[in-house]
Amino acid sequence: MSTVNMAIFIPFIAAMLIPLVYKKLPRLHIGWIVLVIPTFLFIRLACYIPTIARGETYLYTAQWIPSFDIYFSTYLDGLSMIFGLLITGVGALVILYSIYYLSTKESLQHFYIYLMLFMGAMLGVVFSDNIMVLYVFWELTSISSFLLIAFWYHRKGSRYGARKSLLITVGGGFAMLVGFIMIYTMTGTFHVREIIAVIGEHKESHLFLPAMLLLLFGAFTKSAQFPFHIWLPNAMEAPTPVSAYLHSATMVKAGIYLVARFTPVFGGEAVWFWLISGVGLFTLFWGSFCAIRQTDLKALLAYSTVSQLGMIMCLFGIGSASLHMDANIEAVLYTQATFAALFHLINHSTFKGALFMVVGIVDYRVGTRDIRKLGGLMAFMPISFTVAVIGSFSMAGLPPFNGFLSKEMFFTAVLHVRKLDIFAMDTFGILFPVIAWIASCFTFIYCMIIVWQTFFGPYRREKLERKSREASPGMLIAPVTLALFVVGIFFFPNVLGDYILKPAMASVFPSFQSDNYLRQPISPWHGFNTELMMTIGILIIGTLLYMSRRYWKGIYNLVPDSWTLDNLYNNTLTQMEAGSSFITSFYMTGYLRHYLLYMYVFFILAVGGVLVYTGAFDFHMANDAPINSYEWMIAGVVFTSAIAILFAKSRLTSIILNGVIGYAIAVFFVLFRAPDLALTQIVVETVTTALFLLCFYFLPPWRKENAEPRSKRVNLVISIAVGLVFILVALSVKSGKLFDTIAVYFENADELAGGNNIVNTILADFRAFDTMLEVIVLLIAGIGVFSLIRLKAGKGAEKIED
Amino acid sequence: MKINDVILQAITKIVVFIILTLAVYLFFSGHHTPGGGFVGGLVLASAFVLLCLAYDVETVQKGIPFDFKYVAALGALIMLIVGLGSIVFDVPFLSQSFTSMESSLFGKIEISTVTLFEAGVALSVVGVVVTIILSISKDV
Repeated sequence: MSTVNMAIFIPFIAAMLIPLVYKKLPRLHIGWIVLVIPTFLFIRLACYIPTIARGETYLYTAQWIPSFDIYFSTYLDGLSMIFGLLITGVGALVILYSIYYLSTKESLQHFYIYLMLFMGAMLGVVFSDNIMVLYVFWELTSISSFLLIAFWYHRKGSRYGARKSLLITVGGGFAMLVGFIMIYTMTGTFHVREIIAVIGEHKESHLFLPAMLLLLFGAFTKSAQFPFHIWLPNAMEAPTPVSAYLHSATMVKAGIYLVARFTPVFGGEAVWFWLISGVGLFTLFWGSFCAIRQTDLKALLAYSTVSQLGMIMCLFGIGSASLHMDANIEAVLYTQATFAALFHLINHSTFKGALFMVVGIVDYRVGTRDIRKLGGLMAFMPISFTVAVIGSFSMAGLPPFNGFLSKEMFFTAVLHVRKLDIFAMDTFGILFPVIAWIASCFTFIYCMIIVWQTFFGPYRREKLERKSREASPGMLIAPVTLALFVVGIFFFPNVLGDYILKPAMASVFPSFQSDNYLRQPISPWHGFNTELMMTIGILIIGTLLYMSRRYWKGIYNLVPDSWTLDNLYNNTLTQMEAGSSFITSFYMTGYLRHYLLYMYVFFILAVGGVLVYTGAFDFHMANDAPINSYEWMIAGVVFTSAIAILFAKSRLTSIILNGVIGYAIAVFFVLFRAPDLALTQIVVETVTTALFLLCFYFLPPWRKENAEPRSKRVNLVISIAVGLVFILVALSVKSGKLFDTIAVYFENADELAGGNNIVNTILADFRAFDTMLEVIVLLIAGIGVFSLIRLKAGKGAEKIED
Repeated sequence: MKINDVILQAITKIVVFIILTLAVYLFFSGHHTPGGGFVGGLVLASAFVLLCLAYDVETVQKGIPFDFKYVAALGALIMLIVGLGSIVFDVPFLSQSFTSMESSLFGKIEISTVTLFEAGVALSVVGVVVTIILSISKDV
């Protein structure tokens, strides 16, 4: 087991142990124990930074399901390192913050179990080399996000947001799965390393483009790109630590990770370039535009996250253009965009995490996040105010904060891309710097709203639920740490550049090995160039627009409310519900006879039809062994009791007759030397008979059915057809036409599995996976029966949902 | 539902032991001769069902104070751990292995991970069957 594999497993093991520890230590806030895990993992991962910076990578493969080419292989390189450090580092800070944010009255064990599930899943996403394993972890992050958004499930908004995020992200995940399978069909491997190596031969394949589009669909839904961004604002119903962690720093960046990881595979294609940079650019604009009209601080931050994610996405799109050209001096201009993307990825996690935590503090202390009620909090919360200023100004792209550096690099990238002469950029290239600049103006405005509306202006005590005061020191540790990073990265950006970003660049551009292409020195001062002018312009225009915003707010009302994407989502969902309930009620009539009809007709058509179609009904009676007299006798017993059931007067008689059939078949098994089957048949028959007798206690007395003659005739035809298909199947089994014989298991059972009982070695060794899943299905059925019968809510049950 | 069938109870006291012995025999013999975890578990469950029929559920639960839901879950957990254990030894999930050793008392005996896996199957089957039967019979 390598460290990286352990890093994935430790959070899952922790999630299993949390309930046990929680019960043992009722007085302690369980968060203190959970905090150890991300801290440990962060330190352990950080130990690899020097070797990763030297260009080494770690690949570790464990077999999982080798017959399907699924290996549990983990890969630690520069790119996964960035994400690993973010997940564990921000995770540790968020858990520290949550200890103070959530009181022990909340159902803390659930919160931390979900959080650990998420952390393990997210580490799994970024460390997996096998895309099938990656997919499993990908969906697990959606599920844990669902659970965390619905943490306060008694609120209607939480349930709505949780469902919305699950539907959109899992829907994208399914598309991505199909894309992965297409990639496998093309390349014959599930391993990212090998896909990168061989994809060059498959660029002409007709699956290449669909695979790329489906993969991007998954990435865009997860990273809340337009038009799938609508789930992120609703996800803000989650507790603030969750918003800071999942919905700004880590999970929403999974899509960006996917794009970065697959840039060597698809990069250099015009569709890839246009989709990513175009969608990213528009998301950047739309997110910042929508953020301004928000009155809830968390919703504002949600839209700003959407916008910033769009900016990172756009940079990755621009960077991919360099793969279209050879490694020459021109390519450097565009690899610089990817460098900026990775840099901004880290910066965004630091300042957005800090901002979320400050908003959480404000909400926690005064009881509201509505900017119409807030104001004048600077005097009461000086430290939170400082952190908010650092975070907002960094987001707005002002010095001396890290956001300034990456914003300047973003402007450099969009200015360069204007000059690109491929992908029809000479026509549309000018749009990039223009939209980027407009969006940055909006960004500046909403950053100012966060600071000025919350902390300046008149203080209105009467509108606030609680008296304002500064948060406890423990709660401030996490945001202050992040704010220190925001400032620290500005002054020492090249430490980050050399040790973290450069190795990550090597993973995104494996073909550009020279240092010159992969590393750009970051410096805050480039002289009076266009980028600086753009920033100054934003400062001036942004301030003017902020001052005058009440005069131009009318533009938000230009589009009627019913035209929003949210409405589209809601209406689609309502329509789908209505449609599916119509279809379902069409065939779910409530009559047992109908259901049996569906099943038997399907059986006749599917089984009988397929066997007739494939010509598998092929048997010869000539070679069969002669039928003995006692075999006739047992067959007679089965026959007689089957007929007798039809005329039975009571349930008890019929169930005993049914048992007689079962035991007679068991005797057949004995005669045909299948003791295993006979044994199982007898025991199952005994237990089911007991079960039937128990159930009969609750059933009404048996009455004779008065069916119409017509439906009786239909019943007769169908039952004869079912019996006929069964007999034909049984007779044709021996021909072995459709499937290979399984005799190979018989030959080496003792040698391979150490058992002479072939049935058992098949069940427990050769096909143990099937057996395990069957038993789990049995377990689920058992729990289902138990909860249906025993846990049904009485009439006066407490209603916990609002 | 209190019943007092003296003959059934007297016979049950003896027969249950025979059934339980049979169950244990079937469980262990499964690898070479007919039997195995599934049948063994079912026979065990039928012994419990017989007890419940002869006495009543409360008396039986006093004598066998297990929550059979946990028994079923424990079985599934054992199977999962046996499966994951093979990953620690760097072989595919759910690989089984076996060895045999000489013992002075029993002669040659075989030890294999399949037995553990089968134990998981048996526990799950017992747990599920008894849970279902008990929960239906209690719903009066």
